[in-house]
Amino acid sequence: MQTSHHDRSRHVLPQFMAGCAVFALAFGLVGAVGISYAHAEDVIVGLVTKTEVNPFFVKMRQAAEAEAQTKGLKLIARAGKFDGDNEGQVAAIEDLISAGAKGILVTPNNSSGMLGVIKKARDAGVLVIALDTATDPADAVDATFATDNLEAGVQQGAYAKAALGDKKPVIAMLDGTPGGTVDTFRHDGFLKGFGIAEGDPAIAGAAITNGAQDKAQVGMENLLSKNGDINVVYTINEPAAAGGYQALKSFGMEKDVILTSIDGGCAGVRNVKAGIIAATVMQFPYKMASMGVDAVAEYAATGKKPSGFINTGSYLITDKPMPGLDSKDSEWGLQNCWGD
Amino acid sequence: MSALASAPNQPGDSVRNVLEARNLVKSYGHVVALDGVDFDLRAGEILAVVGDNGAGKSTLIKTLTGAVVPDSGEILLDGQPVHFKGPLDARHRGIEAVYQDLAVAPALDIPSNLFLGRELLSPGILGSVFRRLDKRRMREMAAEAMADLKFRLPSITSRVENLSGGQRQGVAVARAAVFARKLVIMDEPTAALGVRETGQVLELIRAIRDRGLPVVLISHNMPNVFELADRICIMRLGKRAAVVSPKSHTMADVVAIMTGAVKVEAG
Amino acid sequence: MSSATPSAPEAGAGLFSRTKTIPAVGPILVLLAFCLVFAVTNPRFLAPHNLSIILQQTIVVGTLAIGQTLVILTAGIDLAVGAICVLGTIVAGKMVNLGYDPMLSMLFAAILCTLSGLIAGALVSRLDLPPFIVTLGTLGILTAALRLISKGGAFPVQDDFLGLTGNTFRIGSFVLTYGVLAMLLLYAIVWYLLNETRWGRHLYAIGNNPEAARLVGIPVRLHLLQVYALAGLIYGITAWLALGRIPNADPNALQTANLDSITAVVIGGTSLFGGRGGLVGTLIGALIVGVLRNGLTLAGIDPLWQDLVTGILVIVAVAFDQLSRRRR
Ligand SMILES: Nc1ncnc2c1ncn2[C@@H]1O[C@H](COP(=O)(O)OP(=O)(O)OP(=O)(O)O)[C@@H](O)[C@H]1O
Ligand SMILES: [Mg+2]
Repeated sequence: MQTSHHDRSRHVLPQFMAGCAVFALAFGLVGAVGISYAHAEDVIVGLVTKTEVNPFFVKMRQAAEAEAQTKGLKLIARAGKFDGDNEGQVAAIEDLISAGAKGILVTPNNSSGMLGVIKKARDAGVLVIALDTATDPADAVDATFATDNLEAGVQQGAYAKAALGDKKPVIAMLDGTPGGTVDTFRHDGFLKGFGIAEGDPAIAGAAITNGAQDKAQVGMENLLSKNGDINVVYTINEPAAAGGYQALKSFGMEKDVILTSIDGGCAGVRNVKAGIIAATVMQFPYKMASMGVDAVAEYAATGKKPSGFINTGSYLITDKPMPGLDSKDSEWGLQNCWGD
Repeated sequence: MSALASAPNQPGDSVRNVLEARNLVKSYGHVVALDGVDFDLRAGEILAVVGDNGAGKSTLIKTLTGAVVPDSGEILLDGQPVHFKGPLDARHRGIEAVYQDLAVAPALDIPSNLFLGRELLSPGILGSVFRRLDKRRMREMAAEAMADLKFRLPSITSRVENLSGGQRQGVAVARAAVFARKLVIMDEPTAALGVRETGQVLELIRAIRDRGLPVVLISHNMPNVFELADRICIMRLGKRAAVVSPKSHTMADVVAIMTGAVKVEAG
Repeated sequence: MSSATPSAPEAGAGLFSRTKTIPAVGPILVLLAFCLVFAVTNPRFLAPHNLSIILQQTIVVGTLAIGQTLVILTAGIDLAVGAICVLGTIVAGKMVNLGYDPMLSMLFAAILCTLSGLIAGALVSRLDLPPFIVTLGTLGILTAALRLISKGGAFPVQDDFLGLTGNTFRIGSFVLTYGVLAMLLLYAIVWYLLNETRWGRHLYAIGNNPEAARLVGIPVRLHLLQVYALAGLIYGITAWLALGRIPNADPNALQTANLDSITAVVIGGTSLFGGRGGLVGTLIGALIVGVLRNGLTLAGIDPLWQDLVTGILVIVAVAFDQLSRRRR
């Protein structure tokens, strides 16, 4: 019997502790749930962004939250776990349907991967709006609120062309991820705005940056080694531009090259102000989000749905404006940029 | 030949050797654990193997059970040369061992450990097609085996990790005793035991011998060795230093050979 | 006192350990506690539609976690679960899009997945390389290779056979997919293997004390090889289930599946040190994660809380395992 006693005392304590831990957790949750639980009558709007951390989506979420508050809606925000996480976004939309969301705003990680669940949502009477990135096909959702990336590319290209003036162009293209929709639109738009076609001899070369600063730096260094006459640089986004600038600087060429970009992140705008980036094209995530929330509020009130592609606009930001091109200066840019 | 050495196998000796080994060598890198060891085990005897720490006792019995493959040398079972590629070969031939580190799976219960590696399957197609374990029968047989051993156990379905050191040793000993058909080898089976449990294991060893199976017993406990053994094999520095009879030699003699204080010509 | 002495309390009676009679009591209690909380706060939670959604969301990680459980029971770890599964979806999807027979394509893809597991298993069991490193390498190689094959892009897979497991059937007011059924069936089969056969018994012994397993004559290396190959096959089958759930082959998918499946296994009470735990716990662990994510969304709470609570559960589970091992 001695053994039994021994055994019992050994096991009671951890068991007790486990019990405490579980119930503390559960009741902690009850508390949290109790505080923020939506009333049954609340109109719920769901927001599903690509990731949790990207400042672009942080801005989007903040704007959606603010707008939902003023409109008296309840916002439930979810995100993919990593860039490209389709499965997570699908699960998020499913959960939001279950939660009884009136409308769902989604920035799809994968333009075709969630068609099934979007259809399910729309069949259940949920308004679905794509933000920032269109689905493929675009009419899988009710409407798309996004930057017209082709147009933004055109703005970037037109600026580069104007700033270069009469000089013979030698262009470096710092692309993002080949094949991506946004990437293709911006790239093609730039060439269109610059007035040349794909394969034009003026294009000295292209590098794949995945929109990351370090890769952009290496890519730009390689392009400069290949061709020292480069005088115009297209970049997919501002981190890529920052990387490109580092490379230019190490070649002592930062003063002679027109470095252009797209995005409108605050770091990018500060680089415009510092003269590192000649011009960037700003897009407006908060507009996408707040317009999306408004559309859901309207749908809840009147049953009216938006449709088609709605351009949320893009502005050229530069401190060296070119005649004939609409632009805002970096002061305005800093007041309207996203991220920190 | 020294007076101390009572030669194990006189020519013309009629005693049958169940297990023999000739000139076993095993090195681990630079360490020569076995340096040309001879070994013989007679039918129906209890043979004690003694020696200092690191003398090569465990390594010797591992080669005899297939757990270690010797670099060279030969092993004869009932006079036939055998080559054990693994412990399973030796087990198939009826050799069972209690290893020094017990070789039990602590998270498994007593029956699972007793039958580890030769679990019983259910009768009928449940066993033959679905390979289903007959847990009930294993539990019953395990309970019986442990009852025979008269070990104090909380419950037959206890996990081995919840047993005391002595109880665990009981499980390992019971496993060997239940399944042995030819001989049993025990590497320090009483090392962790109290007086009572030690007595039980010694009794069990005698019981095994009385079943007609020879037992190899490795032990540092001289009184136990002298109480049980028919012959004592003394290992020193990877070699067999001598084989003596407890009737003709004293503990002091054995210790002297073990420590090298007295030199013996190898028989 | 003989063996007839009434049984002392099992050491496994702790909340996160396993007893003979009720496996995975701890995780089951946790799951019930969360369900209770969510059901009280939002009646929609218990709606049949929502419960079947949670099950469907559990299919991919839940099924991958079966293979992960097997590997962890051998005291290994598998970081390539997601990558091997994605290999399956891409190969099957590509072949079907090229016009091959869908059944043949899926079979071929599953064989490739099994082979990937087999190779990892060979490196672990024959060369004694640490499973962490081997599967990390497999993860890197497969991820890169898959992106090269698919040129970085995801592509839709529209095929009746490959999408079969996404079809639904009805039990009362529950609408379930065949994928859910397939997952539960796989759990049942592998549970039987683990608990009712020699193969499973030997797996536990190997994870628990490989030297003892060797000494009693269990072919440890061969067994390890089989475990990794079987895990690979399970990941291949998961590829089929994944295509049924989302008809899209995506080289970027399942990047966190390795950690997600390990989370399910650990919350389910299986020890990372091997030899302790089981599949019932893993299924419950996977469900806990799914229930948390869904329930928090329904309650309108930031789903980051899911990661936080999951993190706490993982630490609590591992702490229990460690505590119960230290007492020995
Ligand atoms: N697996 C191994 N790897 C390396 N060396 C080993 C191994 N096993 C045994 N040895 C070495 O071989 C020698 C003999 O060891 P063995 O375990 O046979 O001694 P022993 O007589 O059983 O000692 P003890 O009384 O301490 O159990 C020792 O020097 C030991 O260090
Ligand atoms: Mg020893």
